[in-house]
Amino acid sequence: MNPGRAWVFGDNVDTDVLAPGKYMKSGIEELARHCLEAVEPGFAASVQAGDVVVGRRNFGTGSSREQAPQALKHLGIAALVAESFAGLFYRNAINLGLPAVVCADAQRIRAGDRVRVDPQAGRIENLSTGETLACEPIPDHLMQMLNDGGLVPHLEKRLARQKESSR
Amino acid sequence: MAPQTLAQKIIARAAGRDSVAPGEIVTCRVDLAMMHDSGGPRRVKPLLEKLGAKVWDPDKVVVITDHYLPANDDESRRIIHIAREWVKEAGVKRFHDGVGICHVVLPQMGYLHPGMFVVGGDSHSPTGGAFGAYMFGIGATEMLGVLVTGEIWLKVPQTILVEWSGKLGPAVSAKDMMLALCGELGLDGGQYQAIQYAGDAISALSMQERMTLCNMAPEVGAQTGLVAPDQVTRAFLESVGATGADGAAWQGDPGAPLLAHHHFDAAALEPQVAAPHSPANAAPVARHAGTRIDTAYIGACTGAKIEDLRMAAKVLQGRRVAENVRFVVAPASAHDQAIAAREGTLQILVDAGAELLANSCGICAGYGDDRLGENEVAITSTARNFKGRMGAASSQVYLASPFTVAASAIAGKICDPREFLK
Repeated sequence: MNPGRAWVFGDNVDTDVLAPGKYMKSGIEELARHCLEAVEPGFAASVQAGDVVVGRRNFGTGSSREQAPQALKHLGIAALVAESFAGLFYRNAINLGLPAVVCADAQRIRAGDRVRVDPQAGRIENLSTGETLACEPIPDHLMQMLNDGGLVPHLEKRLARQKESSR
Repeated sequence: MAPQTLAQKIIARAAGRDSVAPGEIVTCRVDLAMMHDSGGPRRVKPLLEKLGAKVWDPDKVVVITDHYLPANDDESRRIIHIAREWVKEAGVKRFHDGVGICHVVLPQMGYLHPGMFVVGGDSHSPTGGAFGAYMFGIGATEMLGVLVTGEIWLKVPQTILVEWSGKLGPAVSAKDMMLALCGELGLDGGQYQAIQYAGDAISALSMQERMTLCNMAPEVGAQTGLVAPDQVTRAFLESVGATGADGAAWQGDPGAPLLAHHHFDAAALEPQVAAPHSPANAAPVARHAGTRIDTAYIGACTGAKIEDLRMAAKVLQGRRVAENVRFVVAPASAHDQAIAAREGTLQILVDAGAELLANSCGICAGYGDDRLGENEVAITSTARNFKGRMGAASSQVYLASPFTVAASAIAGKICDPREFLK
């Protein structure tokens, strides 16, 4: 994964600020424009492809709406790093092919740092500070899904295999 | 075999195993999958088409519309229309359209019973845990996976035992228990594990109050909340025709491993209020008493079931809400509203000045037109008060029980409901 700029947030970033209810009936394009605007106005406008979102505890708390990680992915966020994730949000992120990495030292990353996240190795290199941070490894079955690009392509492969073996 | 918790037993059964250990990753067969209009058909239909796949078992799928109702604009009407068309196309017969919020309708239809392994396309799906089922929320893509395969992976949770003993005081309810728990454990105290509620104060609760407990398990970060089935469960299941399940078989073993055991005294619990913008900002009502409010809202799966309406009516009987307060009631289901109408509860609310809204998620989800305005201060019987959830980012939402919401509506400011029940 190429290095990206870090956007740093606090504890309990919730799905209502990630995917505001008002825009939930809109397409992801419109919804993503309002991602995090209640806490960081201008985020959607200034974020760049390859950037990394860093949270503290319980990132993604709240709703099951997968538009929360989908909006981040749509804006080009390459990976999420947090001390912990809300369980439902974590599943949704991985299902959409967006790596979510648990890092106890996430608070050592400052806003604007250039970081390279390696979910497979469980490592974050902070190119701005020269630090390397250890992360919890992503379980094998989820890493496989991430490598496939998420649950939909993963299912596509599984269905293709089933078709193949039933021939 | 090592002693197992209730959660472990249900998961083991769904995984086709004799036992499972906390931390293990297992694949479970799903007994029932519930979706609503927002995360359901409009999201899964295009993905099913993309995969060229069919629903594994349409008889195990329930679709309930509740988020985009009333459908006041073209986009909402389109979303509801997709749900109506898709159920026909997919052969889903258990479709309930515009009759209430999914978490409340599901058990009313008799679809849940002890020991079931159930997924729901909504974070408040753990509500079903009140019936001794293992039920949790998932996102739309994960629901697609369930629809295609009938399976889902799970990391076997540890169990956090939340024990309440003693007797709740007047005007104190399950909602207060949950707000207090949010304050105690914080939004991530549940660590995505399973919470089991137990103790004589829990045994004394009705099914709908137990639903409120389990409904808010996600607010403390748990994957689900559970109550082991007992005679209250059995009586409810019989009343809705969900017979045939053996509640006695679905109990945790004595000595089963626990991640934590919290003990609370129900008698000492005071009415709680959670200040903006987190359910974890809970404190006894006195802390916020006197805070002026614009809106009082009895709504949502958490706070507008028939028993919630009765709590509000108990306070509002023979009274009117303050002049400058908008008092809004959105009964959680048509069934609950019909009971309220029949027994006179609804009339008490209307006479007190209630504006009735549809049997849907309404203002709580923040999806529709009815939203809180700039700087509007509201007290609600709902589950979440995250910034901007129910309207403008500048709006302020205080969470409380239906008792406290009703009392505050009368006073025009946050108020201890016990003052009206003397």
